[in-house]
Amino acid sequence: MIPARFDYHQPRSVGEAVALLQRYGTEAKVLAGGHSLLPMMKLRFAQPQHLVDINRIDALRGIRLEADTVVIGAMTVENDLIDSAVLQREVPLLAEAPKLIADPQVRNRGTIGGDLAHGDPGNDHPALALVCDAHFVLEGPAGRRSVAAGEFFLGILTTQLAEDEILVEIRIPRFAPGTGWAYEKLKRKTGDWATAGCAVVMRREGNRIGHLRIGLTNLAPVALRAEKAETLLLGGDLGSARLESAVEAVMAVCDPAEDLRGDAEYKTAMAGEMLRRALHHAWARCA
Amino acid sequence: MAKKLISVQVNGRRHEAAVEARTLLVHFLREELQLTGTHIGCETSHCGACTVDLDGRSVKSCTHLAVQCDGSEILTVEGLAVKGALHAVQEGFYQEHGLQCGFCTPGMLMRAYRFLQENPDPSDEEVRMGMSGNLCRCTGYQNIVKAVQHAARKMRETATV
Repeated sequence: MIPARFDYHQPRSVGEAVALLQRYGTEAKVLAGGHSLLPMMKLRFAQPQHLVDINRIDALRGIRLEADTVVIGAMTVENDLIDSAVLQREVPLLAEAPKLIADPQVRNRGTIGGDLAHGDPGNDHPALALVCDAHFVLEGPAGRRSVAAGEFFLGILTTQLAEDEILVEIRIPRFAPGTGWAYEKLKRKTGDWATAGCAVVMRREGNRIGHLRIGLTNLAPVALRAEKAETLLLGGDLGSARLESAVEAVMAVCDPAEDLRGDAEYKTAMAGEMLRRALHHAWARCA
Repeated sequence: MAKKLISVQVNGRRHEAAVEARTLLVHFLREELQLTGTHIGCETSHCGACTVDLDGRSVKSCTHLAVQCDGSEILTVEGLAVKGALHAVQEGFYQEHGLQCGFCTPGMLMRAYRFLQENPDPSDEEVRMGMSGNLCRCTGYQNIVKAVQHAARKMRETATV
């Protein structure tokens, strides 16, 4: 399978890339790691006339700490997230969870920004960004703007990104001391998308939950934050009555698509189970 | 949609070629350079048969454009043996019967080659995770794990000599 013909552009700066997107509008697509876009182009689900390859823009790669904020370049690949000493120390969830994404070769090409900007509910970074209170920096002809992760995802393959904008960086507050975290992903085999996935970030105040974020992967047309379940659990412990009421609240917001991984009922039940596991795992990790 | 001129180093040899932007790396290697050791399997980046080493990292060459490789160094399965002497990973697959039909083997070898540089002394579990981007429908993987461990031992012994 070979993609349809296109013109190839290799900008060296974000400004140059944005100018190309402005010039070609809907005829252009941005190429990041290519592990979603190139298969879609081979299958003719996408036929861009112009491909804007942003792999040679060095400014879009790397991870750094700016005061209390971890800044991740959008073109940073999954294996570099896993290997990052900054992430392992400051936002360990984002060094650990990518091990559950795809496989070693794909993680050498697949980028955090591509995973987010694609807007696929099966991708893992959207739910991770939600529980980390991430902000996304988008750059277009008028400059940069920042969008909260919770406002970025609009629907299947649809996000706040305008046609002439590029996601340039992901900004995440470093975890406070004592933060617990977990990402539980049920999948049929290595490299698969989630049948159901649940991310949790938690802080304890003694035996009570003082801070909680719950995010869900591949359980609705967009990644979900389960705010009702968070509210039910905040201020208490993980006693079984409280836990099961949160499980019910999570299952109530799930709206998964039936596919070879299972029907909606099964996936919704597994969402509840992933929540149980993620909450216990994160709780045990709280200092 | 003019062709683009690229310059790549493949198995130590410099090649300059004009490629169509849509040409995938695996097609460039097989059809332009006649290096047909790299196989085309699933074509959707799942199976790993097309794995090559690109600038020191394992990639699936079915999901990479040749035009993106301008200035890069590539190693394919044809570049593993030196003057007819099998590389340790090739010897491992041979000794431990790490293949049956052989279709996945070039990708397995290239991934094993890079994996053992990332992790020279892996556990069996680490081998399975490290090789998890490569599918084999014949062996059941047990002999592939043994083959990679055989190569790991040999490479460690050679390194300490």
